Amino acid sequence: MDTVGLILIRGAIVIVVLLTAFAMMTVIERKMLGYFQLRLGPNRTGPWGLLQAVADGVKFIVKEDIIPRDADRLVFRLAPIISVFTALAAWSVIPVGPPIEVGGRPVPLSIADPPGGVLVVLAFGALSVYGVSLAGWASQSKYALLGSLRASAQLISYELSMGLSLLGVIMLAGSLRLGDIVAAQDRLPFLFLQPLGFIIFFISAVAEASRIPFDLPEAETELVAGYHTEYSGMRYAMFAMAEYIHMITVSSMVTLLYLGGWNGPAFLPPVAWFGLKVALLLFVFIWMRASLPRFRYDRLMDFGWKVMLPLAIVNLLVTAVAAALWA
Amino acid sequence: MSWVVAAATVMTLAGAAGVLRARIPVHAVLALVLNLVGLAALFIALDAEFMGLIQVIVYAGAVMVLFLFVISLLSARNTPLERRPSLLAGQEPLGVAVGALLVAALAGAIFGQPLPEPASIYPGFGTVKAFGAALFYEHVFVLQLAALLLFLAAVGVVVLLGRRGPGR
Repeated sequence: MDTVGLILIRGAIVIVVLLTAFAMMTVIERKMLGYFQLRLGPNRTGPWGLLQAVADGVKFIVKEDIIPRDADRLVFRLAPIISVFTALAAWSVIPVGPPIEVGGRPVPLSIADPPGGVLVVLAFGALSVYGVSLAGWASQSKYALLGSLRASAQLISYELSMGLSLLGVIMLAGSLRLGDIVAAQDRLPFLFLQPLGFIIFFISAVAEASRIPFDLPEAETELVAGYHTEYSGMRYAMFAMAEYIHMITVSSMVTLLYLGGWNGPAFLPPVAWFGLKVALLLFVFIWMRASLPRFRYDRLMDFGWKVMLPLAIVNLLVTAVAAALWA
Repeated sequence: MSWVVAAATVMTLAGAAGVLRARIPVHAVLALVLNLVGLAALFIALDAEFMGLIQVIVYAGAVMVLFLFVISLLSARNTPLERRPSLLAGQEPLGVAVGALLVAALAGAIFGQPLPEPASIYPGFGTVKAFGAALFYEHVFVLQLAALLLFLAAVGVVVLLGRRGPGR
């Protein structure tokens, strides 16, 4: 049985790893974008520009923290905290590998593995809307408000198709526990049984993470910076932190639900397989940012409600019939 | 487990009080979210895991976001636009009296009989499987009725919007 101390230690490890991954992601993304655009990207701080993250961190900390005069001070301060909290909290149930033995005792590679793990991730994803929408409201700026209204509408719309496409996987695995879902894929990743579901889930995941081509909430050509226009210094950095951690979270969810999680040929340890698959998906996120233009807002909503949702329902029905006939 | 219940209870009550006390609508929405999340924690502490998570996803995650969507179009001024609501004459003492009566009735019902032992729960209680079995085997007719109701509501919205005619 887990003691509170062990859970706290695992929690601390997860937070340190995620924040380091966030810092590295910002540098790697800028390097990659540079290469995609035939530039070098940041290359002045440290070898290969790797210390750029440290330089950015120092810059964010020492910058002036500005709160607009008309802002709602309480909510303005609360919004970035909610964003970072919900982004980190989703990791309380995400396993990165099968339990390992440490000193003769099995140690699970997740903070907790409750029977409703998938729902916990969805719940924290649903709560993350508040960080964005409250930030926009509290700033009392037109651009910020427009950005946050777009964000709430977009996130609610794509959450639906995301949840529906997920049901296919849950029906095939017969469990909501993430560990069980990975175990059900030890022969064949669900990618091959649920190709349509995979595509819908991945597109919705990109929309949930508000990444290009779905970054309408912060479209710089129209809205300056959207919901975080009025934020500066560390509070701005917290929104960036939440966005990148969210990206890592959805990549991990795609890996666990469709790509077979930590299953892979035995020449690499399971955790390495998990990390490789997540890294591949993160590269796809950067790749899309480098190659795709932004949606128009009405097309984004049309696409969500008139294409993604019906397809997700069809996928659900077909999977249900197939699962019922096969079982 | 009891400290979880205590923390969740404090959260729920603080949220409920906040909804009533907040002068700025968005603060009231936030307090209601706090209340709903506390309620979800109480459900989970009572082994009703699925109920608790659905509570967060549906109410805190979707319904309250829609509330916020509408309310955030109001101004964030520190001095709210509405004045303090005018009180009806004699409303406050009447409210206190009715409240006291309610508390007395509830206390009488609770303490009038010996408290029963907590019922033991069957294995799998509160999981998705048990929840789904109850919905689709025992209460399937009611479920269909509720689905029909929601469907009618959706059709109603489309009809109301369609009346505006082409081109709005």
